[in-house]
Amino acid sequence: MKRLATLFLSSIALAVAPAAAETVAITGGKLVVGDGSAPVEGGTVILRNGRVVAAGSNIAIPANARRIDAAGKWVTPGIFAGFSRVGLVEVGAVRATNDTRAADSVFSAALDVQYAVNPFAAPVAVNRAAGVTRAVVSPSTGKSIFGGYGAIVDLGQDSNPITQARAFQFVELGETGHRRAGGSRAAAHILFRAMLNEARTYARNPALFDSDMMKASDAKALLPVLNGKTRLLVHANSANDILKVIELRKDFPALKLVLVGANEGWRVANSIAASKIPVLASALSDLPYSFEDLSATQSNIGRMKKAGVQVAIGMINDRDAHQLRYSMQYAGNLVALNNVPRATGLSWDEAFAAISSKPAEIMGMGGKLGSLKAGRQGDVVIWTGDPLELSTQVERVFIDGVEQSLSNRQQRLRDRYRTPQPGNLPKAYDR
Amino acid sequence: MDVKNMLAVAAAGALVSGCAATAAETETATVSTSSASKSASKIAFPSTYKAYPSEKTVITGVTIFDGEGQRIDNGVVIMSAGKILSVGGPETAVPTDSIVIDGTGKFVTPGIIDVHSHLGDYPTPSVAAHSDGNEATSPVTPEVWAEHSVWPQDPGFSRALANGGITALQILPGSANLFGGRAVTLKNVPARTVQAMKFPNAPYGMKMACGENPKRVYGNRNRKPATRMGSLALTRQTWVNAQDYRKKRKGAKPPKRNLAMDTLAGVLDGDILVHNHCYRADELNQIIDMSKEFGYKVTAFHHAVESYKIADILAKEGICSAIWADWWGFKMEAYDAIPENAALLQQAGACVIIHSDDENQIQRLNQEASKALADGRAMGIEISDAQAIQWITYNPAKAMGIADQTGSLKPGKMADLVLWNDNPLSVYARPEKVWIDGAMLFDANDPARRPVSDFELGQPGEGDVK
Repeated sequence: MKRLATLFLSSIALAVAPAAAETVAITGGKLVVGDGSAPVEGGTVILRNGRVVAAGSNIAIPANARRIDAAGKWVTPGIFAGFSRVGLVEVGAVRATNDTRAADSVFSAALDVQYAVNPFAAPVAVNRAAGVTRAVVSPSTGKSIFGGYGAIVDLGQDSNPITQARAFQFVELGETGHRRAGGSRAAAHILFRAMLNEARTYARNPALFDSDMMKASDAKALLPVLNGKTRLLVHANSANDILKVIELRKDFPALKLVLVGANEGWRVANSIAASKIPVLASALSDLPYSFEDLSATQSNIGRMKKAGVQVAIGMINDRDAHQLRYSMQYAGNLVALNNVPRATGLSWDEAFAAISSKPAEIMGMGGKLGSLKAGRQGDVVIWTGDPLELSTQVERVFIDGVEQSLSNRQQRLRDRYRTPQPGNLPKAYDR
Repeated sequence: MDVKNMLAVAAAGALVSGCAATAAETETATVSTSSASKSASKIAFPSTYKAYPSEKTVITGVTIFDGEGQRIDNGVVIMSAGKILSVGGPETAVPTDSIVIDGTGKFVTPGIIDVHSHLGDYPTPSVAAHSDGNEATSPVTPEVWAEHSVWPQDPGFSRALANGGITALQILPGSANLFGGRAVTLKNVPARTVQAMKFPNAPYGMKMACGENPKRVYGNRNRKPATRMGSLALTRQTWVNAQDYRKKRKGAKPPKRNLAMDTLAGVLDGDILVHNHCYRADELNQIIDMSKEFGYKVTAFHHAVESYKIADILAKEGICSAIWADWWGFKMEAYDAIPENAALLQQAGACVIIHSDDENQIQRLNQEASKALADGRAMGIEISDAQAIQWITYNPAKAMGIADQTGSLKPGKMADLVLWNDNPLSVYARPEKVWIDGAMLFDANDPARRPVSDFELGQPGEGDVK
């Protein structure tokens, strides 16, 4: 309690004057590097100039470092949400605060979430306080199968959330794609091919581009997808839809594909593995929510991993704007499967990697983000215990080497109503 | 925001339901004599549930959370003839004529109970043809009964059993309407008919709703209610009508039977339990005053994300809050939700229930309770593990009017219980075995003890661990 009160005060101070990146030595904690290796007891992490300079045992501590004793705590890389809409939504049903889906826009692939991500949105602060430091942020689709450009963001308290703009393009090629394309999967696939071909036409002579089908901006936006410079995140769930995604490479060999969702991925895990297409998979889908999810099981990720698929946890359409903090719980559930006969889970080390280094690697940012290896951005979380366990709390969060405020309006409401009755003045004066 | 969530909010509305009748249908169709008006509903659609065969079973060396806030280490649970025979410490005598299960390192709780589910009335696959939870054609539909929408083949029932240890649940109509209709309490036993799932002698619930959903659904059609004041006006006028009906029904010339009014009169008689979907603190208080105006009691507020702001009032009124651990922000009235809601209520002495309202989270209500517990402890509120288990066992049973039959491990109660392979408040725990009335209906070690609904038979993944 006392510790929390102190933290709270210090977080107020931080909110007033965000600390610059300093040299920090976090010592004595149970260190999780996040790359799938086993935790190290009594490890040290050194942060300098916003980056990890060293992490492990027997690390020399720079003389000028601010020391943080993490004895009895766990120290890990910040959580990397493998698929989200964080920063695009304040209140889901309040349309003006919801930037996930431009249903009435004349544009599709050209839409770019970097202009919509709001670093000051309450869900950013709430999930930061829960230990989430980076996220894949994707648009949803409006009228077209293409949703537009997504970004990699940090959840820091500063005003610049964008780690990488235009990090990927998003497309729907399952049941939603069927609907967006006009009512069939055949329509979705011909639309996909036609739009990429239009992009090719656009590339030959942008000035003369004149298409009955699409805007020049959308054609231009698909060019880097076509030539493999930008990843294409494809939402598909059914085994057959996944196979059809894999086959796209026959026509478009340069595509840098990433599967999203993939609820039936385990049924075609060998094909996915052979294609080397990585997967940002829903962790706990286990119901036939639709006919594209008939064989969904919580063992999906474990089975794909076992088959050699590069897989991380994403949470598409699963409270993905507000509850990135479920990442740890979901990873923990995959560990729990190891004790369920006939189920396939992940080891603890793999499960943590699935919410840290693996999503970073799948997004091509493994050299910069997602682990505590030297040179990575200084995203660090200190926890009271096992970060996947439900009883564990977050003590400190660093993003880019800067210690972050953990204050958010949920905590403020909590503190105001610690006792519900008003005192000598109404509750509105309790701050 | 999340598409599924949006759809759920838009379609299901957010859910609560129920209209409780009285300890209706027993296996022998006994009709209570307390009120002639009750008899019609009492004999309608009677439960045909019968316990499946059970064997006398003892679990030894196990950690017990009894559902009423007590913990017993190295304990012994004995069930016989479908009932709890005894629960005690290591000194408890172990009968020789029973199956003995070594529970060392494991945990036993009562069967988990969800007071707020739409399994069956919003089943998976969640196609339009299955959308049976909101009779959104009128804001006042106390005449509809959720049990007439429940599809027993919803695969969600089996997930709730195998992954969540759910043994009983209340299926509510949705929250589009001010009066959503009657709820039904089910045993989580696969069956061909809803009647074969109906919890014997459970009272009916009635679902009511306030706030955004009714005014959005009907306001968008330029109908009443389009505002919160419109909702209250229409709700109160309906109660006035119900009072009148109830009075006339007792008179010399009873009116023609009216299904809607039957349900409402049942509430006014105290036979049907009110489950009121409502989010904001100020609105909860309005509903309390309305209930006093018409002389009925709200059993539980559902969702109640702002209960913590009036925890003292809810404690005084004796109204339960059936809540999520941490859902928030999906609509305006959910903006002030905080994860400490449960703990702040518990601290004030108010009744806490953790509910799911969701086909996924019903599979891990234990984890939701655990998160709510952890957030309370982090702010310095002392709550025991055993008390948190009460949020998902005894307290929902009480709010559903079945606490005398299930919800805690007391001798004579139904042997509805879960053997967990670890502390159920740990993320690493899963049900190992689940008994309902002493019948083992799930065993993680035995693929033959895993139900597969008709819908999943012959489909890819049939009988998988899920």
